[in-house]
Amino acid sequence: MKHTLSVLVENKPGVLTRVAGLFARRGYNIDSLAVGRTENPEISRMTIVVEGDDRVIEQVTKQLHKLIEVIKINDITEDEHVHRELILIKVNADPAHRMEIMQIVNVFRARVVDFGRNSLIIEVTGDEGKINAIENSLHPFGIREVVRTGKVAMVRGPKHKNGKS
Amino acid sequence: MAVTGAEILIKTLEYEGVDTVFGYPGGAVLPIYDALKESSKIKHILVRQEQAAVHAASGYARTTGKVGVCMATSGPGATNLVTGIATAYMDSIPVVIITGQVSTEMVGTDAFQEVDITGITMPISKHNYLVKNVKDLSRIIREAFHIAKTGRPGPVLVDVPKNVSAQLTKYNIPEDVDLRGYKPTYKGHPTQIKNAAELINEAKKPVIFAGGGVINSEAAAELKILVEKTSAPITTTLNALGVFPETHPQSLGMLGLHGTPYANYVVTECDLLVGLGVRFDDRVTGAVEKFAPNAKKIHIDIDPAEIGKNVEVDLPLVGDVKTILEELLPLVEERENREWNARVEKIKKEYPLKYGETLALRPQYVIEKLGELTRDKDVVITTDVGQHQMWTAQYYKFTKPRTMLTSGGLGTMGYGFPAAIGAQLGNRDKLVVAVTGDGSFQMHMAEMGTAVENNLPVKVLLFNNNCLALVRQLQHFYCNKSYSAVDFSGNPDFIRFAECYGAKGIRITKTEETVPKLEEALNNDSLTIIECVVSNEEMVYPMVPNNKGLNEMIHFEEGEDDGR
Repeated sequence: MKHTLSVLVENKPGVLTRVAGLFARRGYNIDSLAVGRTENPEISRMTIVVEGDDRVIEQVTKQLHKLIEVIKINDITEDEHVHRELILIKVNADPAHRMEIMQIVNVFRARVVDFGRNSLIIEVTGDEGKINAIENSLHPFGIREVVRTGKVAMVRGPKHKNGKS
Repeated sequence: MAVTGAEILIKTLEYEGVDTVFGYPGGAVLPIYDALKESSKIKHILVRQEQAAVHAASGYARTTGKVGVCMATSGPGATNLVTGIATAYMDSIPVVIITGQVSTEMVGTDAFQEVDITGITMPISKHNYLVKNVKDLSRIIREAFHIAKTGRPGPVLVDVPKNVSAQLTKYNIPEDVDLRGYKPTYKGHPTQIKNAAELINEAKKPVIFAGGGVINSEAAAELKILVEKTSAPITTTLNALGVFPETHPQSLGMLGLHGTPYANYVVTECDLLVGLGVRFDDRVTGAVEKFAPNAKKIHIDIDPAEIGKNVEVDLPLVGDVKTILEELLPLVEERENREWNARVEKIKKEYPLKYGETLALRPQYVIEKLGELTRDKDVVITTDVGQHQMWTAQYYKFTKPRTMLTSGGLGTMGYGFPAAIGAQLGNRDKLVVAVTGDGSFQMHMAEMGTAVENNLPVKVLLFNNNCLALVRQLQHFYCNKSYSAVDFSGNPDFIRFAECYGAKGIRITKTEETVPKLEEALNNDSLTIIECVVSNEEMVYPMVPNNKGLNEMIHFEEGEDDGR
């Protein structure tokens, strides 16, 4: 099962290496990892999607906790949360197919962000399901390149699990 | 007051109470060594190779309970430390390692003697730092000590670029250390403690299982009360030998791959295993699914990540062993448990530790005698890695914590002698004996020079069989007696080797020479090599074969003792 871990870390050089290295050497699989600083510039948040059974997730969490620069870990898989991914898709688009592609873009509330002679770049945000769906819809036209950010997530409600625990 | 980075570094070490630093100088640490020689409080011990500096710091730390400190230059100096750091990490030994680094503007350019030592040591240290700004240096050193000695102890490395140690800064040592991401749990959960006490009180066949964490937590006294209150037998890991007196009737000695036969049988039979400061290492459990199959398991450890890692646990209890025992002991009922103890006694009688008597000199016998001659003295025993290590664990009979130093987790050959040097420097009045073999000793025998320079009367008890006989034993069992790359034909004459350093050399070749020659060696006050000439066909028994349960061990059999 996929788990989403929301991890607060010190915003210092080397922290990403420590986290990534830990996953690699203990044989855990990262599905995606997104990192950026929080409202407090000294702290970054990592959203890590990791595949594994309960035992593996427990070990991942405990091992992450041992890293001195990891401040707080929440497994938000079961919590009500909003999650988004951003994807840029460069798709083949000769004039004959442009209208059709534009319709798909509209249906998914995506945006065209670049026009090339024979291609378009499309920007989509949404959850994993939506992103996979638009990717599949565009597939027949020929996808040249895809860039995905990985998932970011935030727990719903007034209290945001942040800062000091 | 303006001081250099190197000066604030040394002042911070002094502030931490450091009196001994093991190390080896070089270009990138020139400013640090320049400042170090001005210190009246810190003595520097110059080793012969950097790895020995970490092992010596580890020996110092394990015997004194303080943080061991070592130092090396950038590049090869730093990489030579790596095995030592990994050794300390696996055995949870508090060591602070300071390395020099090329100047910050050169970092990343493949400069002369540049190596990314923080990158290299990331998986084998508790934490590490690359100091980029001299203003952070004293705070980082203080944090390094705090991290090394608190929680589950371990090595912490601080990499100091040359320009940082040369730079001027304000004299400032922060009083408090505050790391928001690092708050080890010391106090156990009260309900869990209550539940643990219930399990202990209800168990019919309990066994206590103590590990190195009990030593780190200084909980030997509390452990003894637990053992005596419950009347339960106690077994320990290799690293915990001495935390409970092995001469006590309730002691089962060490368990595991080469543990005592009775410890292995009793653990397999028990209905409750109380693990204290242990990590259920594979050398201890054998095949995990066959390990204590009928037992409920209580696991008390300060490192939450250890709980449930190797063995499924019925009752986890995170916290400091001593703190938890203090709360647990009043809830534990005093009882006799005659039935179980009679059973344990029977197993002990039926399956004692055994070795043969046919050869001219038996290493097991020598170690037994070493135990008898030194157990009541103020003594520290270190070992290397190999057959001698296992025989020391089986036959010495340790009675006090912090008297047995060995590389248990990483199994680093070459650990014993430098660790003995560190132990002797931290305990000038104690008798320090390094038990070793010809293979291990040759990995760091250049440290004889370090011992001579510092007038250290370390005794090296060297079992010489011109062979890597534990590897030979593995090949005997697992490679169909086809021996590969285990024989040494170029060993030196170890007696003359000792003498060329101005040390004493004593050779034992026969059983009857053992006691008088050991006495002669132990009672002199100089550095001494005692060479015991033994057979390479000796085997360590019992032995739990790969993927077998502890109760499926291979026993010693009469008549099969010499080179079957």
